Amino acid sequence: MSPDTQSTTIPRHVRHGSNAGQPVSRRDGVLKVTGAATYAADNHPEGMLHAVIVPSTIARGRVRSLDVSAAKAHPGIVEVITPENRIPLHFDPNDKMPPFGFRVEVLQDDSVRYVNQPIAVVVAETLEAATEGARLLAPRYEEELPRTDLDNGERYDAEAVGVGAPAVTTAGDIDAGFAAATRVTEAEYYTPPQYHNAMEPHAVVAEWNGDHLTLDMPNQALRMSAASYAQYFGIPVENVLIRSPFLGGGFGSKAILNGPQILGILAARQVGRPVKLVLTRAQMYGPVGHRGRTWQKLRLGTDAEGKLTALHHTSIGATSSFDDFVEPAANTSLMLYASPAIRADHKGLRLDIGTPGPMRAPGEASGSAALEVAIDEAAQACGMDPLAFRLANYAETEPTSGRPYSSKALRECYEQGAASFGWSNRPLEPGTMRDENGFLVGWGMGTAVFPCPQFPAEARATLRADGTALVETGGVDMGQGAWTALAQLAAEALGLDLDQVEFHSGRSDLPDGGVAGGSGHTASAGQALSNAGSDVIAQLSEIAVNDPDSPLFGAGNIGVVAGEGRLYRRDDETRSETYAEILARAGRAELVGSGKSGRDPASADRFAMNSHGAVFAEVKVDPALMQVKVTRLVGAFAAGRVINPKLVRSQYYGGMIWGISFALQEEALADRRTGRIMNADLAEYHVPVNADVPEMEAILVPEVDPHVSPLGIKGVGEIGVTGTVGAIANAVWHATGIRVRKYPIRLEDLLARR
Amino acid sequence: MNRFDYIKPASVSEAVTEAARPGSAYLAAGTNMLDLMKVGVVGPERIIDVTGLPGLADIEWLTDGSVRIGALVRNSDLAYDTRFAETFPMVAEALLSGASAQLRNAATVGGNLMQRTRCAYFLDPASACNKREPGSGCDAREGENRLHAVIGFTEHCIAVHPSDFCVPLVALGAEVEVESLDGKRTIPLAEFHLLPGDTPHVETALRPGELITGLKLPAQAAAFSGHARYLKLRERTSYAFAVVSAAAALDMADGRIRQARIALGGVAAKPWRAEEAEASLVGAEASPSVFARAGEIALAGAHPSGSNAFKIELARRIVARALALALEGTPEAMPALPASPFSTLSGETSGVAHVA
Ligand SMILES: Cc1cc2nc3c(=O)[nH]c(=O)nc-3n(C[C@H](O)[C@H](O)[C@H](O)COP(=O)(O)OP(=O)(O)OC[C@H]3O[C@@H](n4cnc5c(N)ncnc54)[C@H](O)[C@@H]3O)c2cc1C
Ligand code: SF4
Repeated sequence: MSPDTQSTTIPRHVRHGSNAGQPVSRRDGVLKVTGAATYAADNHPEGMLHAVIVPSTIARGRVRSLDVSAAKAHPGIVEVITPENRIPLHFDPNDKMPPFGFRVEVLQDDSVRYVNQPIAVVVAETLEAATEGARLLAPRYEEELPRTDLDNGERYDAEAVGVGAPAVTTAGDIDAGFAAATRVTEAEYYTPPQYHNAMEPHAVVAEWNGDHLTLDMPNQALRMSAASYAQYFGIPVENVLIRSPFLGGGFGSKAILNGPQILGILAARQVGRPVKLVLTRAQMYGPVGHRGRTWQKLRLGTDAEGKLTALHHTSIGATSSFDDFVEPAANTSLMLYASPAIRADHKGLRLDIGTPGPMRAPGEASGSAALEVAIDEAAQACGMDPLAFRLANYAETEPTSGRPYSSKALRECYEQGAASFGWSNRPLEPGTMRDENGFLVGWGMGTAVFPCPQFPAEARATLRADGTALVETGGVDMGQGAWTALAQLAAEALGLDLDQVEFHSGRSDLPDGGVAGGSGHTASAGQALSNAGSDVIAQLSEIAVNDPDSPLFGAGNIGVVAGEGRLYRRDDETRSETYAEILARAGRAELVGSGKSGRDPASADRFAMNSHGAVFAEVKVDPALMQVKVTRLVGAFAAGRVINPKLVRSQYYGGMIWGISFALQEEALADRRTGRIMNADLAEYHVPVNADVPEMEAILVPEVDPHVSPLGIKGVGEIGVTGTVGAIANAVWHATGIRVRKYPIRLEDLLARR
Repeated sequence: MNRFDYIKPASVSEAVTEAARPGSAYLAAGTNMLDLMKVGVVGPERIIDVTGLPGLADIEWLTDGSVRIGALVRNSDLAYDTRFAETFPMVAEALLSGASAQLRNAATVGGNLMQRTRCAYFLDPASACNKREPGSGCDAREGENRLHAVIGFTEHCIAVHPSDFCVPLVALGAEVEVESLDGKRTIPLAEFHLLPGDTPHVETALRPGELITGLKLPAQAAAFSGHARYLKLRERTSYAFAVVSAAAALDMADGRIRQARIALGGVAAKPWRAEEAEASLVGAEASPSVFARAGEIALAGAHPSGSNAFKIELARRIVARALALALEGTPEAMPALPASPFSTLSGETSGVAHVA
């Protein structure tokens, strides 16, 4: 069941003509908490078989043998797919599928390039049989020594980092900048490998019908993925239908095609029956991306007033031996602080690991985790309050280009966040605050920043004879609330109450809703929906003002306003008519409108565009045992127009909690000798539990931005992670006087120095 | 496929008869056992489900003041038993600091004693592990071992026993009641778990087929009820195994320590009772320095087994802190964050009374 079959139950009087801006509860909430929402793996088409991948247990080498006959002899096994018998693909998996495709491991040969790479697929009547078949294959390997760390990986000059960002950027004369400095602070920072660990594992239920393919799968980029699958399997894109009504989290890991899901589809084609393939938790540590490790170095030159004279950020980012996603960490330094000279450069490090990929705030999360601590260290060196230091280096225009910002209420974020937190009472010296129980108390802050892209997207709106509407776009709700916020925007444009609007989304055969990534989904799909709604209203107005029988006749020049299912004459609200009446008189069964989204290239050229924020953290540290607890988090964020404050606040909270995780808990522990991840389960790979989450406040700082898009929406999904990590690390320093420059901050890092 | 017979005996005698056959293993709530079966660490041929056995799910107070806890009592039922929590508060606190509410509701007393190490190499059949496969080696020694043992380990195995529950139990002199075809016997908990030596796969004093029927806590253990704490350092506030933990209990008379009990968790292959440290406190006036000295003594024989030297210092400090907390007195009600150093942070409690 999906939300479009549910009507919402929001009291109508809550809204006065405006849908956007209201704290509407999630329309899919009840379905989710009652278990009625169907996720990909809940689908069981007639005749479905179960497939499992066989993951490699070595990081580098080749598969010498698989005992296929033993597996095949097991009852219930239908097929064992290996490089020897796998049916061909129509696109070379060693090539990168444009626009964002990665090289994928789909049994193209017997080489092993990382742990958990699929080396075979077993298809069986039951999951148990498939699992046993996988065990019976008893793989033997020819093993080579894996490259697992900085000292044995191969460094190289990355051509690009992240998704097509420049690897090296220089603005101003960096040497001159350092020469002009009265003080230079320099330090190195480390961020560990982290895995998305969405609650819902990657899954696919694939059903072929001749050359038509139906896929139930969690997917953050429906149309793009459909096009890619079509290419891999050599069928027209219209033949691919992806259904993804709900995602149990994605965080970037469900936006890009991966080997296991392609193999599930391939298995269905090869055996001629529908196939379900679901990764286990442990199998998610490898083939479906992760946040790659970084080794960063920051050098900051400051003058006597505490103004930056030079900022140099270097990052080495781990990637796989066969593809090039390098965490664009250093580029964060291009976005935030004014400095006459800035340089950001990256190197790649080839390891025998699965290819990293975008994970919630790729680049900015790791980059800001280092930059915000470096800024704190520079402030400390200058004897300045960290907020005062940031204000002294406030970028009025984009630091590298001098372009104006489309909008930037960061100063207000600093002000409001600091006021609510009580920052002005912070002593400059570390280790000077204690609470009534004797715990060390520390306060730290960080600046949050994230770009606000707007992607191409399309939508359709249909006004029906009864005055209600159907709106459609292939959007993606991965828990962030798209079903709700997008419907609000459509209802707003249509001048209808939310419950008069039926919203269809989550399918690739709907108008292209774009990618739910880069925090740009509401800005993109939302704009398309809004435009589609406006298109319908324009058509309707055209009919009304030209109809002599309408009270709106002749209002063409004055204009009409849509609201509550009626059109009103702009200058005289007593003259109005319902949509149903207008359509009935015109003899129209429905009106169909369409809308598109895409950033105006002129604005994109003229302005720098970001969301901003300021995060303030309080930690308490046990003075002897050195256990750390975050006790307060206040974040103030300015991200353009807020469509649904309740959902937006949830995104900020979620991001800040992620910040706790990054700062104090998350780390995949890979054995140096084998590359195997030794904590690949949620008992040992720690993310925060409720008891870790403190009192939190998210302040929504108003910001009007006429340039990002007509609706003025930026994006809120990722920014909360940035800033928070550094704020916590800085608070730990402020509590203890100990600078820990590697994440997560662990007991021994603090204990060793106290 | 790991095919196994599933047997659900109706009586203890039937259970021990079934379990006497080779390839058998007991199954209680399965919160540990089933996970191990799924990843292929264990593969018993015959599973003897003990959850239906009569008479093993009671908390029974004997006339001499001691208490008998049936092997099938659920971890949370024991922790939330008012009389038990009042009499042995640090045991209740340890129980509530372990795992999650869901797991505690299922997990049994017997299963908790018998839970296996969380050593990642033990849990990964592709790794060498002497405990899982005698003679295969120990991949933890040069691997991810920051949470491994600092006391009592050998080159053959450096794993720790993960139980919280067992730590205060061993401090209070608990005994394990077991039964087999050969009859019943009682094993002091201190002798129940074994150090690895050169046979790390032999983990307990249980003989093949022997069933734990219950636990006994002696009446004398109640003398500590006013001054007893369990303290557990974790890498997140809840739902994590101990980095190190300590149970500390004092029997105070006129400002002096009449008797003391100290045990450590997360440091060895068994819950580690520190008797010499206890002795150092007897007759002393409680003070930070005697507590610190007790911590030193408790860790006297410790050394790192890998990248875990920090645990030794941490263990010394946690002993001193647990003693200091015990001296302050058992809190009136269970803290909202049981066993956490931050248990004082929140005014809220979990609603379990320690002291009437
Ligand atoms: C995610 C997670 C986190 C956890 N965190 C903690 C923690 O923080 N602290 C902590 O202390 N524990 C923790 N645990 C472990 C938990 O306490 C144990 O899994 C539980 O106590 C085992 O009890 P059970 O009844 O499920 O035993 P089972 O899993 O059924 O059995 C465990 C073992 O005991 C044997 N056994 C069971 N009953 C008997 C009997 N009567 N006689 C002889 N042998 C028997 C079985 O054969 C088996 O070998 C955690 C577990 C999980 C899964
Ligand atoms: S420490 Fe013990 S349990 Fe861990 S791998 Fe070594 S032998 Fe096995």
